[in-house]
Parts: sequence; C-alpha cells; structure tokens
Amino acid sequence: MTDMLDRRQMAYIASQAADARVNVELEAEGMTLNVGPQHPATHGTLRVVLRLDGEEVVAADPIMGYMHRGYEKLAEVRTYPQVTTLINRIDWLGSFANEVPFILAAERLMEIEAPPRAQWIRTILFEMARIANVTLFLGDMGVQLGAISPVFYAFRDREFILNQIEAATGGRFHPNFDRIGGVKDDLPAGWIADTKASLQTIRNFCDEMEDLLLGNEIFEARTRGIGIIPADVGLAYGMSGANIRASGVDWDLRRDNPVGLVYDQVDWKVWTHPDGDSFARYWVRLQETREACNIVDQLLDGIPAGPIMAKVPRIIKVPEGEAYVATENPLGEMGYYVISQGGLEPFRVKIRSASFSNMSITPWLLKGTYVPDVITILASLYFILGDIDR
Amino acid sequence: MILLPSADQDTETTEAEEIVTDDAREALLEAMSSELGDALVASHLEPGVDLWLRVSNEAWSDTAEYLRERQRFRYFEWLAGIDWMPSPFGRSLEAAVDVVQAESDDDVSDSPDDSGLTGTGADGVTGGETRFQVFARVHSLTTGLGVTIKADVGDDLAIGTWIDTYAGAAWHERETHEMYGITFTGNPDMRNLYLPMEFEGYPLRKDYPLLARLIKPWPGIVDVEPMPELDEAPSPAETNRVSAEAETSPDGTASTEGGDA
Repeated sequence: MTDMLDRRQMAYIASQAADARVNVELEAEGMTLNVGPQHPATHGTLRVVLRLDGEEVVAADPIMGYMHRGYEKLAEVRTYPQVTTLINRIDWLGSFANEVPFILAAERLMEIEAPPRAQWIRTILFEMARIANVTLFLGDMGVQLGAISPVFYAFRDREFILNQIEAATGGRFHPNFDRIGGVKDDLPAGWIADTKASLQTIRNFCDEMEDLLLGNEIFEARTRGIGIIPADVGLAYGMSGANIRASGVDWDLRRDNPVGLVYDQVDWKVWTHPDGDSFARYWVRLQETREACNIVDQLLDGIPAGPIMAKVPRIIKVPEGEAYVATENPLGEMGYYVISQGGLEPFRVKIRSASFSNMSITPWLLKGTYVPDVITILASLYFILGDIDR
Repeated sequence: MILLPSADQDTETTEAEEIVTDDAREALLEAMSSELGDALVASHLEPGVDLWLRVSNEAWSDTAEYLRERQRFRYFEWLAGIDWMPSPFGRSLEAAVDVVQAESDDDVSDSPDDSGLTGTGADGVTGGETRFQVFARVHSLTTGLGVTIKADVGDDLAIGTWIDTYAGAAWHERETHEMYGITFTGNPDMRNLYLPMEFEGYPLRKDYPLLARLIKPWPGIVDVEPMPELDEAPSPAETNRVSAEAETSPDGTASTEGGDA
C-alpha cells in the first residue's frame, strides 16, 4: 500500500474517468520515447509513444492497427462454417478457444445443442488451448525481466500440448475443429493416455517456473507493487480474465456463465489474488495453468460415449435473430455478438476480444510508472496483438 | 473426482436456475422502465437467455450512468455500431444456391425487397427507425446478468459518450467512429484507432465495397452448392452455368441480381 501511495496511484483512482479523457497530453514538457512497433514484449507489433519526465511516464499512447485485418467485415461475406477459419487467427496461441463462442452463438440462434461427447471434447480442447497459450506467458514474463531460460522451457514443454492438439485436430496452431452441432472428428486411439502424460509435463513446468521465478529476488522486486490495477477501475475498462482476477474480482465465465461447455461436471476452483500488481497477474496465471491441467485430467476420465455431431442441415442457414455468447478464453472474456437475417452468412458479427479491453487501460495504468516497469507491466497484462486488432 | 449428477437432478437445477434468472431480468427491466420512462423505447426479453433494451438517443449517456451507479453494472464489456442497410453489393455468397433454388421453385423471394427487411433498426430484436444504431453491453457481477443496450443514431450521426461512466468505452467509441462515422459528443479523442488518419470512408458500413470480393468471385462459394446426387438439386451443368454467369458479369455484382434475371 505504501508503494501505491508513493507512486501517486491513489490519486488516479479517484480521478479515473477524467484521466481517460486526457490520455494524450503529448504537449507536456519532457522527452518522447517511442517503444516499438517491433518490441519483443508485444507478441506482435504494438507501438507505444511515451512522454517522459525524467524516468517517469507522464503520458502513454498505445498505437495499434499494425495487424488490423478487418475480421468483422470479412465475416459478413462468409458462410458460418467458413468464419471459423478466420477467427482462428484472432488469438493465435489459443486458437481453438476462439472458435467456441462463435459456434455457440450460431447454435443458440439455430436452437441446436451439441451432443454430450462433443461438449466434453470441446471443453478438453478449450482448456488445452489455454494451457498452450498461458504456458508461453509463464516463460515469456521471465524474458522481460532478463531471465532467458524460462522461455526456452516454455517452448519446449508447450510442444507436448501442441502435439496432442495436432493429434486430435490436425492443426498445431489453427485447429478449425469446431463445427455447428458438434466437433469435426472423434479423438484418435491412445490419445487420452498421451494427453495425460503431456499434462504431467506441464505440471512439472509450472513447478519449475515457480522455483525459477516466484522466489527470485529480482522477479519480486520488479513485479511486486508494480502496475497496480484496482478492481473497480479494471472493471470499468472492461478488463477480464486472469487480469481482473489478479485484482481480487472473483469472476470467471467458466463457473459463472457456463454456456455449452461442461465445467460444471468437474471439481475445480477459481483463483484470485488481492494485490492487483504484475506479480499477482503472473501468480494467478500460474495457478490457472495447474487448474486447467486438473480440469483436463478429470474430463479425460469421464468422456461420455455417443455421437459427436447433432443433426444439422447440410447447408447451414441461421434463422433471424441476435445472440451474444462469451466464454472465458485464455486472455479473458471473448464473445461474439451475431446478428443473422436468415441467410448463409452473418449480417453483423461484433467480436469482443479480451486483449482489446485489457489493453485499453494502459494509458491510465502507465501514467506515473517508470520506464523500466513499462515493459514488465505490458508483459504482465499479456495481450496478443491479433486479439487487439482483430 | 468427477461429479456426475444423475439426469433428473441436472434438469431440476437447470429449471430452477432459469426461473431465478428470469425474475432477475424482469425486475431489472421494471426498474429500468420506471427510471427511464419514455426514454426506454423498446425491450426484448428472452427468458433465461438475455435482455435487450433500446433507449432514446438523448438518454444514451444517462442510461450508462444509471446502470453503473444504481444497478451496479460495474463491468463494461463492449460498445459498437450496426449498419442495418442491406448491402448494395448483395448477398453474393448465396448466388449459387439461391439462384438455383429459386429457379427450380419458381420462387424469387430472395431479393431484399421481398424479404421483409427494412434496412433500419426495425430488423433487430428491439426495433428502431434509423439506419445506424449503437449498441453496448454491460455486466453485473453481483447478479451475474448481462444486458445489451441499443440506441438509434439519426442523420446527424451523433450520440452521447459513455466515457464519463465507463472509462473503457473510450477505445470502443474511437473504433466505432472510424468504422461507421458515428461521433460521440463529449469524447475528445476521436482519432482513428486502427486505420491511418488519411483513410477515406467508413469500412464497416454496408455500402463500403469489399474490393477483393468485387474483383473476383469468392472461391469458397463451392462449399454451399447443392450436392449433385440429391434429387432436388439441379444438374451439375445448371450449377456451372450459374457460376459462370456470376464470374463473367462485368461489374461483379450481377450474382446478387441473379434471382431477378
């Protein structure tokens, strides 16, 4: 708490709305520092223009659009099954998780429900996408602090999960496996045992990261009390996922709004951390990766038998209507607002991607921090540029 | 480890939950209508699923404030725009299937004029009178309810801002401005978010052409052609003829008018 006061963060809490309006005081005295658009901390190409007073950031202005691909426009001229190919590329580290909310929205409009086996397979792959995604963060955060080894361990161990995703779906990064009414294929023989083995690799990896980073003096000094986000500010900025749970908000769509996925069938827990700083965001993600392993492990034991596709028409026309479905993706809440006018293609698709909202807090958050902390704060927010720019 | 409730228990819980949720949504709807009065123009409640409200353009900002301060909708999810005009470039995607079906059924009901669509917000679940609408969604973490708010945007393309209530709306409003040309009065930062500042046009408007699609017919259209072995489907020759027509049309838009041809 003393740190917070020192950093004059408390003053910003009181005036958060006013601050949002003056997020580009680039006329202010001082030096301009251009970060990017090619910085390794950014998982893509983000540019941040910082206005500095000494080492202190006076104003920060993130500039996006280097990866804008116009998916909302492109989705309007594709059939529903074709849209999943596009939206795979939004968050490219956890691709399967992007497909699920869109398919669920289309299913809600068509009043179709996938058979239980398909729902279980979906949930398993959804959580494996989370593991593949967050594993990279757990290693990458070390790189931002000067510890090189963790990211190599992350790439090494993520490979086991990617191999399992590939074995089931045929695609390492872009499975394109979810279908309206079910999933494309059944799981291959022997897959369950192999997956259990790979989960053990990830559990060991988590322990390794805990040993390497969490007790490390430099890591703690660079993350504790840095980049504090109070819960109410985070919520007003639309922050979700592990970022908001690290601010003490006990909110997880997997538990609180489980549409179409079978999280209610397993025994698991939502992790939160009261501090709201960079350390808390790392810690929550670390626990969530372990929890995801537990979820997959339990689901693998209980996959019900039965068909993997519901009866759907061969040519998919979605009845008129509007539906919004959101799921708890690796980066936070991802949702699709689908408006259909009864055609083969959606009339309008609003893509609510997690990183966009998570990132929109940065002009507020970076103000008053110091230059070396900017990179760690950005890294701890964990965004993917494809998920911001869409 | 695995908690597998019996089928009966499962159904009971779901039903019980749905009733509770319904009450909550209806209570919210009542509170909103008594607070907003005439400013609440329309509403749409899908029991156990979702709630839509449409408020007047003038009440847009006040609605946000009421939701956050009085109803504890602390979590801002998103804000965006809709262009309800049917695309002047047509539903080119449907050409192969619909033209063939229409010819075989002697039924040309696929043109936008006959489909009952108005090209305004009236096509949406909460109605509307204008071509453009903005819509946003907020969530209450205490009740677990989400609500979608819509508002008409008239010819002046202006509406109030939400940033005084939800700071996170700033970027969403910038995006809506550059994609639709809708101005949010009170938001001082209306710079483009994605596109270069010198970009002309509003890409997500329906009359903004998707050039790639005008130059070359979508190859993915083969996916939706009827399979030849089906009885009701036309012969492959007929399907090819339609595709060929679409490809050779000089302006690339003929496929949309195919139903009338």
